[in-house]
Amino acid sequence: MTLSLFLIQLLNGLQLGVLLFMLSAGLTLVFGIMNFVNLAHGCMYMMGAYFAATALAASGSFIVAAVVAVLGGGLLGIVIERLMAQHLYMRDHLDQVLATFGLILFFNELARWIWGASPVFMSVPPALSGTVSILGVTYPMYRFFIILVGLLCAVGCWLLISRTRVGMLIRAGSVNPTMVSALGVNIGLLNALIFSLGGALAGVAGLMSGPILSVQPGMGEPVLILVMIVIVIGGIGSIQGAFYAALMVGLIDTAGRAFLPMLLREFIDRSIAQAAGPAIASMLTCIFMATVLALRPRGLFPVKNG
Amino acid sequence: MKASPIKSAVLACMLGLGSLGVYAQSQPLKIGFIGTLSGPAGALGQDQYDGLMLGIEHLGGRLGNQTVQVIKEDDQLKPDLGVEIAKKLIERDRVNIITGVTFSNVMMAIHKPITDAGVFLIGSNAGPTPITGKGCSPMYFSTSWNNDSLHESMGVYAREQGYKRVYLMAPNYQAGKDALSGFKGQYKGKPLDEVYTTVNQPDYSAEIAQLQAAKPDAVYVFYPGGMGVNFVKQYQQAGLLGKVPLLSASTVDGTTLPALKDIAVGVITGSPYSPDLDNPQNKKFVEDFRKKYNRVPSLYAAQSYDAAMLLNSALLKTSGKIDREPLRAALKQADFRSVAGPFRFNNNQFPIRNFYRVDVGRDGSGQAAFVTRTTVLKDHPDPHASQCPMK
Repeated sequence: MTLSLFLIQLLNGLQLGVLLFMLSAGLTLVFGIMNFVNLAHGCMYMMGAYFAATALAASGSFIVAAVVAVLGGGLLGIVIERLMAQHLYMRDHLDQVLATFGLILFFNELARWIWGASPVFMSVPPALSGTVSILGVTYPMYRFFIILVGLLCAVGCWLLISRTRVGMLIRAGSVNPTMVSALGVNIGLLNALIFSLGGALAGVAGLMSGPILSVQPGMGEPVLILVMIVIVIGGIGSIQGAFYAALMVGLIDTAGRAFLPMLLREFIDRSIAQAAGPAIASMLTCIFMATVLALRPRGLFPVKNG
Repeated sequence: MKASPIKSAVLACMLGLGSLGVYAQSQPLKIGFIGTLSGPAGALGQDQYDGLMLGIEHLGGRLGNQTVQVIKEDDQLKPDLGVEIAKKLIERDRVNIITGVTFSNVMMAIHKPITDAGVFLIGSNAGPTPITGKGCSPMYFSTSWNNDSLHESMGVYAREQGYKRVYLMAPNYQAGKDALSGFKGQYKGKPLDEVYTTVNQPDYSAEIAQLQAAKPDAVYVFYPGGMGVNFVKQYQQAGLLGKVPLLSASTVDGTTLPALKDIAVGVITGSPYSPDLDNPQNKKFVEDFRKKYNRVPSLYAAQSYDAAMLLNSALLKTSGKIDREPLRAALKQADFRSVAGPFRFNNNQFPIRNFYRVDVGRDGSGQAAFVTRTTVLKDHPDPHASQCPMK
């Protein structure tokens, strides 16, 4: 294994990590503050990608696509919160899971109805379509851009949470929501705001994923599993935890896929290694989660409750 | 109350006549269609259905001069659901012919229940090896291929090009393994590496980096549906497309090219069908398919269109009767013109057909399109026919 390959895989892991962060930030807040399990979070990601692809096709401008994806995602978050989620905060998790699973089916059918069952077209903006050479191995420039945008989102979230009044309320809400509302804060408005923030971030993730992934019905579900793992590892309700856990999961998943089959080959028969490699690699993140849960049941960066 | 016996007699007569009247209008011929119409792979089944329906439309809504009613069912890529649907089609709808079937796992589940019930099954996509060889059935006809055959053409091509270092990739499931073994069977050499990825994996950046570091002469992949869109996009973005030849099957096709467009230009595919094949029936098929559905037909659509034409040719010979042996004999003759070129049935009732090298190039207007380069395998029988006991 050469140094350049190692560097590239590090970048790949980082890129997956920041993408996971954009998806888990909203989800962890919704889970932590409203105690609401939102399986439909992946739908906002999918719809964000569709909004971006449609806007890009219509306008030809990636910036317009970005605005549409962010606004669309945010708006969708508010709509879901007002029409459905707010009525379920007091219900138990099973009801929430059932209802949001229904939303998954609804949005996947909606996407199929509007855009068709086949994937839709979305390409990398021409200015970012090149590659960068790192020690002789080429790396897509667009993926650097994803890392940059992801880190900017993380900094933005951090500033919002730790430096603003809204952020203070969000932090307070994640520790003791009843007390926050007792102190006269419009908790309904705060909830809608958090949902729309999550939607907007999912929209950004959808926008950034559109050019590298196939934009099609159901694209939100495979990634949702990783996102759930991230928020559990990071500690539910913790943005900071989501960030570090997302990077860890991104790196572990990438390293597993890249190096595990190679490593296994040293010990066992080649054909078995070929079959077992990807299977074990896809388990790695779950094993990591199980380990964390065994040692730190509330995640690596738990929110301290009252 | 007195008049009631007469009344009811009259009523009975009217009802009787009424239903007789309906009967005289002739019962439409019922055909069952089973395909994967929902989920990430839903586009494949939709193409099959659209191809079949266009075929029936071209025949004036009739097969063998009989009005046809197609009963469409979605198996959702679930074998157990496929079996349920097949039972429903046979027992409740009383169909005598079922066509379609998108995925091999569904095919494996429903092949026996359908053929054992004495119902004709005209498969227009999936062709798993067990039903091609030992498990072949007199009631099963394929307008597609055996899973291995689909991948043999690129194996031959890679060997002929003299590629020494070929890197293979496929999803980690049965059809993925069949794909690579089909390729290797014809390639003969030892591949540089074989990588299996998780099914429906969205991101291949880690694998593509490994691939790039291995410095292969050529890459062969099998990534059907959305996986193909993901892989080709990321391969192109890594700057590899055009530098390291990308050979493939079922990865870029009529259902995924609209999502890739220029990104896929340069991909080489091995395929039994291409929309630019030069024969009159294909020209008509492609033109009308584009007009009606606003997209280019895939091999799935073409094979299903062929299924309609095959059924029509056989039912014409039997004057619309669905008696087991005569219809079977008529089907075996394959007396129709396939949109994919030469077509006849082998002893296992799978086609002996051509496989082409089809590149993603550009058409006259500069749009990304499929361009047939050469016929890699001519009149090619699948490798398992000899294991089928049928003569």
